[in-house]
Amino acid sequence: MKKILELKNVSLNYHTLEDEILAVKNLSFNCNEGEFVSIIGPSGCGKTSVLSMIAGLIKPSGGVILINGNKNTAKQNLGYMLQKDQLFPWRTIEKNVYLPLEIKKCKDEKSKKLAIELLEKYGLKDFKKSYPDQLSGGMRQRVALIRTLVFKPELLLLDEPFSALDSQTRLSVADDVYKIIKAERKTAVLVTHDISEAISMSDKIIVLTDRPAMVKSIFKPDIDGDSPLRKRESPYFSKWFEKIWKELHI
Amino acid sequence: MKKEKTFSKEHLLYIKQVKRESFLVWIMRFSILFFLIGAWELMAQLGTIDTFITSSPSKIFNTISTLWVENNLFHHICITLYETTLGFLIAVVLGYVIALMLWWSERLRRILEPYIVVLNSLPKIALGPIIIVWCGSGSKAIVFMAVLIGIIVAIITMLNGFLATDKDKILLLKAMGANKFQILYKLVVPGSLPTLISMLKISVGMAWVGSIMGEYLVSRAGLGYLIVYGGQVFKLDLVMASTVVLCILASIMYALVALLERFVIKYK
Repeated sequence: MKKILELKNVSLNYHTLEDEILAVKNLSFNCNEGEFVSIIGPSGCGKTSVLSMIAGLIKPSGGVILINGNKNTAKQNLGYMLQKDQLFPWRTIEKNVYLPLEIKKCKDEKSKKLAIELLEKYGLKDFKKSYPDQLSGGMRQRVALIRTLVFKPELLLLDEPFSALDSQTRLSVADDVYKIIKAERKTAVLVTHDISEAISMSDKIIVLTDRPAMVKSIFKPDIDGDSPLRKRESPYFSKWFEKIWKELHI
Repeated sequence: MKKEKTFSKEHLLYIKQVKRESFLVWIMRFSILFFLIGAWELMAQLGTIDTFITSSPSKIFNTISTLWVENNLFHHICITLYETTLGFLIAVVLGYVIALMLWWSERLRRILEPYIVVLNSLPKIALGPIIIVWCGSGSKAIVFMAVLIGIIVAIITMLNGFLATDKDKILLLKAMGANKFQILYKLVVPGSLPTLISMLKISVGMAWVGSIMGEYLVSRAGLGYLIVYGGQVFKLDLVMASTVVLCILASIMYALVALLERFVIKYK
């Protein structure tokens, strides 16, 4: 299988005037094409830093990060989704979705059409001309996902994208997002602190240690079910939960 | 598209109450104005107050019409309006550009910070003599004063607006591969539009302070000049009349900015 993402012995130092903190140490893992990978770990262990390094926003202090075998991550085709939807309130939904096209200077009729198609496909047809304030939290997060899909990214990076939603919406939006990502055949890396979210969505779960973050263990939960909500119904779900919970709290 | 919808009785009652409340507010506003003017005029007519010191609404009205006909009030208005508007525009445009530069370079911001703090706390009127020496005693000096008073506040307000841009939104744009210039015109500038409007509102007030203060110091025409002159020759009618005209003009200018807000900011 093709490796989309490779981390080899990645480390990261944080510098302040008082101190130097080793946030990530010798981190290595892979992510294959079409895989949904979750990274979980104790809070403050540097999960988000790992994602920022993959996105090319911060430079690792050591090691290499390869995306599709290429080193320079800053100009790669990456989709980044954050905790809050970060839609621009002064732009309509349609224009929000065009934003990455404008940034990458590839806003042509073809990509605009794709954006509109995605909006229509995922139930936002009637909201193209609306402003983000007029949409519910779940819908907004769906728009945010579509915004990351319009320029056909090779890899999606999701930084706790559901944690700002209330628990009801959270389950259904996670379900939606999962289905969209699978339908568009995207590779995704999800950072979360929610064990059940990780189990219900991932093909592979990477558990990190406390700071400095290293790979503690890797799980591949093989639960039947075509969506996160289905997987949650499986009797194996709680067994996996227990297993990972213990792993995190040793 | 407006949908025709029928409302329940309860809802209609609610609308009625809201409308009645805002009607009441307007009535009270006008009542206060009429009461004050009426009481003032009445006391003046009855001789309870000395109109030499307090003037009176009818005298103010008469003075305004005489001024208009005999002393070319329109000319004075034009001069003050010109000075205020020019001072306002220069302060706002220059302030915006400087704030942009300070946003762009953190180093420049850190270097200039103490200078801005000092300039902000300095009472600009103290620079009056210097301004007169540099710019002479005409409109130029007054515009300069208006700019000086307005620009620092404009810079500080705008810079704070730029710096308040959501860090995560910047992160998002960077992850899309945006350069700093794109971050500026896709995010920082449109995102700080509400700040720009409040900066304009503050600057309108500042420009009036600047131009009137400038006219107090130097000048041979303008509303500020009329006020100072009236005070010097103890013609309170003239002082009051000019102040009333000033009030009206300042309100109109503020209303124009508020109107701009409606046009520019379409989202919530």
